[in-house]
Amino acid sequence: MQSASIDTTAVPATGTILPQSGRRRDWKEQFFKILFLLAAIIGVLSLAVIAYFIFQESLPAFAEAGVSGIVTGTEWLPPALYGILPMIVASLASTIGAVAIGVPVALLTAIFIAEVAPKWLANIIRPAVELLAGIPSVVYGFFGLIIIVPMIQEWFNVPAGNTVLAGMLVLAVMILPTVIAVSETSLRAVPKTYKEGSLALGASPMFTIFKLLVPAARSGILTGVILGIARALGETMAIIMVMGNAPAMPGSILEPARTLTANIALEMSYASGVHASALYATGIVLLVFIMMLNGTLLYLNREKAK
Amino acid sequence: MSYTLTRARKIQDTAAKALIWLGASLTVGFLLWILWYILSNGLAHVNWEFVSSDYTSIGEASGIWPMIVSTIYMVLASIGVAAPIGIMTAIYLTEYAKPGSKLVKVIRFCTESLAGIPSIIFGLFGLTFFVGVLGLGFSVLSGALTLSILILPVIIRTTEEALMAVPQSYREGSYGLGAPKIYTITRLILPSAMPGIVTSIVLSIGRIIGESAPVFLTAGMVARIPESLMDSGRTLTVHLYKLTQELYTIHEWNQAYATATVLIVVVLVINTITKLIASRFNKATY
Repeated sequence: MQSASIDTTAVPATGTILPQSGRRRDWKEQFFKILFLLAAIIGVLSLAVIAYFIFQESLPAFAEAGVSGIVTGTEWLPPALYGILPMIVASLASTIGAVAIGVPVALLTAIFIAEVAPKWLANIIRPAVELLAGIPSVVYGFFGLIIIVPMIQEWFNVPAGNTVLAGMLVLAVMILPTVIAVSETSLRAVPKTYKEGSLALGASPMFTIFKLLVPAARSGILTGVILGIARALGETMAIIMVMGNAPAMPGSILEPARTLTANIALEMSYASGVHASALYATGIVLLVFIMMLNGTLLYLNREKAK
Repeated sequence: MSYTLTRARKIQDTAAKALIWLGASLTVGFLLWILWYILSNGLAHVNWEFVSSDYTSIGEASGIWPMIVSTIYMVLASIGVAAPIGIMTAIYLTEYAKPGSKLVKVIRFCTESLAGIPSIIFGLFGLTFFVGVLGLGFSVLSGALTLSILILPVIIRTTEEALMAVPQSYREGSYGLGAPKIYTITRLILPSAMPGIVTSIVLSIGRIIGESAPVFLTAGMVARIPESLMDSGRTLTVHLYKLTQELYTIHEWNQAYATATVLIVVVLVINTITKLIASRFNKATY
């Protein structure tokens, strides 16, 4: 504490250019240092308080229905049964579908921007991708509701287009900007010499891209994919608007389903007692998935640091 | 290399290149499709009357003025809380803390964790803590406090980057002249990092306007102009969500299209502002 203030005051002050001097300045320096430290601690406190409340509020539900009753239960019938396995399945299914559709498109787009496109075209597409990232999720939901849902209803001849498939398609578009931005950055970070060496050996540009640049940028691309998965798992409003929200186990991707996030958003405003607590438990399950993703990210970055 | 092999390779190359172009076209195609569909249906219904009128659940004369006011209140209150905290945190991390110390690691870990939490969890927390425990009720204030935690990581990270981009020689020069630390920070470092800090705030504004799930869980959905921060308010995104739940008459469809159009225009404006700041920032010479 003391040494930090000595560093700055050790130089003799000329007095005229400085607002204050001596002990008063020391006092002022300390005051601001503590103020900034307190501000920095607010973030830490927020996380602690959030974790405490979500955990605390979920306890009654876990006590009444048991962890396995909630996590592996297939019936959601508050206030009797609180099984959220259908929601877990719906969240995972819509996310996996979104990744399967969205990631190839995103990766190809990232390659296009980083390697193939002429500079002027890349300078048009990059802001377009940023715009895609800025569009509110309700607008995606609205678009899904008026375009994708009726389309699915017509193409697959199902009674209602509000299905898991609709959720997959909307999420696929929504994760594009995240995956594109991170992948593009990591493709650009591959040393130029790799590419030059490959081209000098007579490999074609496409061979170089797919056999050399993409594998070299692997960990960065995976980071982008994981961030995309997190975005898809956490998405709420767009999903509520297109997936039908039936709390039953979906039999296929052409049936409606309710994700973990949708379960919370739809019922929280009127739930009370154990029912409300079960929604916090839903939140805990969602957080466990997010923590697993973050753990994978940490592992990936550690590997990269080596 | 035999003739057939090079031929096969050429076909592969052409196919790969075509695939890359297809991927990029799909991405841009999706964007254009969404923009075109919403703007072509909505622009005709966005006029002064729509923007400045009160909301009525039926009829042609309905507008979105209360939602615009609620959204503005939400933005001002959230930024008012989060910006000072976020900027001061960034100052602490870059100017005061010893890099690599345990405290810095804890603060970094916590802000990164906050950034990864899905927004619905913030809504859940805000509903319990701000609405319930603190007794703020369904109000713009509850919503703004919830959103301020949500945007805190964005502000901290972007401001930190801006502060770190200020050349070390500035600090050395200032200390060398005998200026105290806080004087150096407020008169030299913060002004130099201002474009980056403004960008972080503009990005956060975009985030606040775009959020919906945590907002309606904490600020409610009352479609009136909030009389104070303690009053419930419905933001534009929540309004669009409510509209899509009752699309029966042509007027309701038009209102939904027009509201979505307004949201897209706002996003376009925000992205343009960040682009302008960034290009001026890059031109600035250190």
